[in-house]
Amino acid sequence: MGINNKIIEKHGLKIEEYKVIKKLLKRDPNLLELGVFSAMWNEHCSYKSSRIHLKKLPTKGDQVIQGPGENAGVIDIGDNDAIIFKIESHNHPSFIEPYQGAATGVGGILRDVFTMGARPIALLNSIHFGSPSHPKTKSLLNGVVSGIGGYGNCIGIPTVAGETKFNDTYNDNILVNAMAVGHAEKNKIFYSKAKGINKSVVYVGSKTGRDGIHGASMASAEFDENSDEKKPTVQVGDPFTEKLLLEACLELMKDDSIIAIQDMGAAGLTSSSVEMASKGSLGIELILDKVPCREENMSPYEMMLSESQERMLIILEDGKEEHAKKIFQKWDLDFVIIGKTTDTKKLTLKYKDEIVGEIPIEALASKAPIYDRKWTKKKIPKSINIKKFKKIGLKEALIKILSSPNHSNKSWITNQYDQMVMCDTAQKSGSDAAIIRIHNKDKAIAVAVDSSANYCKSYPITGGKQIVCENWRNLITVGAKPIAITNCLNFGNPENKEVMGEFAECLEGIKEACKFLNFPVVSGNVSFYNGTNKKNIYPTPVIGGVGLIEKLSQPLSHNFKKNNSLLILIGKTFGHLEQSCYLKENFAVEDGKPPKINFINEKNNGEIVLKLIKENFVLSSHDISSGGLLVALSEMSIGSKLGAKINKPKKLVNLTEYFFGEDQSRYILEIHENSLSDVDKILKKNNIYYENIGITQDNYFEIEGEMKIDINDLFKINNQWYNNY
Amino acid sequence: MKSSVIVFPGSNCDRDIAVALQKMQFKNKMIWHKETSLPKSDLIVIPGGFSYGDYLRSGAIAGKSLIIDEVIKAANSGCLILGICNGFQILTETGMLKGTLLRNKNLKFINRNVNIRVMNNETRFTSKYKLNQVLNLNIAHNEGNYYTDSNHLDQLKKDNLIAFKYSDSSGNTDDKFNPNGAIENIAGIFNDKKNILGMMPHPERMVDELISNSDGINLFSSLLD
Repeated sequence: MGINNKIIEKHGLKIEEYKVIKKLLKRDPNLLELGVFSAMWNEHCSYKSSRIHLKKLPTKGDQVIQGPGENAGVIDIGDNDAIIFKIESHNHPSFIEPYQGAATGVGGILRDVFTMGARPIALLNSIHFGSPSHPKTKSLLNGVVSGIGGYGNCIGIPTVAGETKFNDTYNDNILVNAMAVGHAEKNKIFYSKAKGINKSVVYVGSKTGRDGIHGASMASAEFDENSDEKKPTVQVGDPFTEKLLLEACLELMKDDSIIAIQDMGAAGLTSSSVEMASKGSLGIELILDKVPCREENMSPYEMMLSESQERMLIILEDGKEEHAKKIFQKWDLDFVIIGKTTDTKKLTLKYKDEIVGEIPIEALASKAPIYDRKWTKKKIPKSINIKKFKKIGLKEALIKILSSPNHSNKSWITNQYDQMVMCDTAQKSGSDAAIIRIHNKDKAIAVAVDSSANYCKSYPITGGKQIVCENWRNLITVGAKPIAITNCLNFGNPENKEVMGEFAECLEGIKEACKFLNFPVVSGNVSFYNGTNKKNIYPTPVIGGVGLIEKLSQPLSHNFKKNNSLLILIGKTFGHLEQSCYLKENFAVEDGKPPKINFINEKNNGEIVLKLIKENFVLSSHDISSGGLLVALSEMSIGSKLGAKINKPKKLVNLTEYFFGEDQSRYILEIHENSLSDVDKILKKNNIYYENIGITQDNYFEIEGEMKIDINDLFKINNQWYNNY
Repeated sequence: MKSSVIVFPGSNCDRDIAVALQKMQFKNKMIWHKETSLPKSDLIVIPGGFSYGDYLRSGAIAGKSLIIDEVIKAANSGCLILGICNGFQILTETGMLKGTLLRNKNLKFINRNVNIRVMNNETRFTSKYKLNQVLNLNIAHNEGNYYTDSNHLDQLKKDNLIAFKYSDSSGNTDDKFNPNGAIENIAGIFNDKKNILGMMPHPERMVDELISNSDGINLFSSLLD
């Protein structure tokens, strides 16, 4: 078949890109080769629009073993322990087929982590839906939640933390980001770089079917009215097979049989073989007749582009084939030598004794296009006059927020996830960060995910800074030293100057915050083209952070621990209501600027809070984020069913601004009534601003002379939305 | 005390139960499902998980596996058998325990801590608990909705074969406290000879105060007696 413009377009390639392909090949590609190029050159695999911006991120640090560029990032947590983690999007498939889309999102990210030799120990997710009143939202929510649970529960990895948000901007393009965290021994980490020629290339795992063909290309285009027709491109997950694959891979990894290993994720056999060869500056030859197929008469084109799940490609040391085969047979998995490494620096595809495709590796990898797309700077948003809004009572406003979809208790969701399997979950979801103990050790890691799409939309640089800082704060509040992050960058169409501007400026913010806080980015994923018919989603970068607790004696939650403790507020309150949850839930207004970030305060406050926690002064702690001081306090109360009596601020200030302002770098700490003088000394010595704001008490949550509410009522208000939806 | 934990493809609480057994000083061995003989064991545990992916029906395929014949033989000669969660489902599939486990009434996977009341403490599994003691254990299942016919239900009651019932924290077994729709709030049952216990809640998840609580410990210490 000749290649015409229509075929090129169908492959998601631009005519100019096709011309480059011809130049690189010095001839016309055949259809199989065109398919291979389209799989490697699409946005999802090539990062062609994002690469020049991603390069600016800080990726190194004392504890970084492996930064971006491998299957996942690796950090050193002392002794011989390493943590391997990454977050990835599965937005487009999840909108088309929510259960399978979300499930395979979880499966894919797990493979990225265990490919590197880690046993996965925790799953997290960040899921964003359209308005609850949108006709699709309810079924998407149900499907995504059961898909995430269905996969994680079956494979037996606890799903321990996440965030669920609703906003009209996702009505036609939901976001499903899954993060996996694994533990490995530092001297047993596996990489994807091929070494040596004539080494066996082995296919293991499930058979190849026709599912997911061109999945990566789908994820690199906007949706339109025909998107539902893309259902066949969504892969189908089989967590049972993944569990077998996980155990078989970890068993094989016990010795040194493996030279390189790569999971077949997006763009399947194509990207896994090209990436291994490219990293090793080698060639790779595949005999496609040998690929285990689920369906009859599959063509080389289909085999190379299938995104069937639960498959891996391994390059083995000489003479290890029989040993490896035995392990995979024990687990009832396919194990087939499908090719070998070569010195040709080409991807050579053979089928029925003929070469059916041959492409220089560098044409697919390093020579893939890179675009410096045009982008525009965001103007500083206009301030809004808060006074124009009608005055409402603190209690009324608080109830409105706590009963809203975005702030309601999420146990309807989290109860569908097995959070306890593996028996190392010391703190489940519902707190600022989950805590996972390292098996058989005293140490633990804290993990959390965060995003603030409305901040990022209104002023991307500040939004980018804020999400990193909020994540940092969430790890601090559970007593963990923040170490590194992974990011999932969900944006609209990069060919749109404003969207590209949002991307560039969010990244600038992320970069500045990560640099200042010494909180490097070790892995991540970019998802562009989130939008439908030219309507782009809010820029929604998601940060997944990992911190270390060197000795876990008691997990620290944000729930109040006892009555008559003192409550102190660390950090200054200015009363920033623009872009606040208060305005959104009470007046449906999302205007103005996001709150400012002062890195110096952020760092100082965080470090001192961590010091107070480590010195055992803190009974419970919570960072203040969306909803401000009053929402944070009520969350501490709801979780514990203990109340609080909060003083009215001494200086004359606007109470609404004081209690609902979203000023950054603030924490609430519950401390024992006897430790105030010690805590005061430490805070004063370090020039940390703080206020005594009240005490904990039984039965009532109140602000002196302003509002009083029974904590059982507060609990009910916060726990009804999901059950009534 | 020697224990064996049967590992099926898709078992995922096998490590958790092994950790709990070792902590309680059992001499434990892991037994792969393709084995055709069992080491001499005082206790055999069928752990939780999704054996064979729960395909066909949860526990159905594991119930036909090679090793199961050996488990049945051991049970007939009086060996203690404990099936937890998917293990309970497998025991009902093999007929070692009567009744079946249906989809949860709300048709969703449920993971949370629940209270269960000890209904019979005169057994090898429960002797260290007090009668009517309330335990707080974790459940994690899609199909935990126990059902059996009225004859068997009568027998369970008459012969005191109900091990645990879902309750509130003071032992009230009202239907309100039933998480999954199980008949008469049944969370675990014994066979006639009381050497086999099948239960949906996970005692192995409750042996470590730092992670959860210690309510599961006495089940294992009862077995050690």
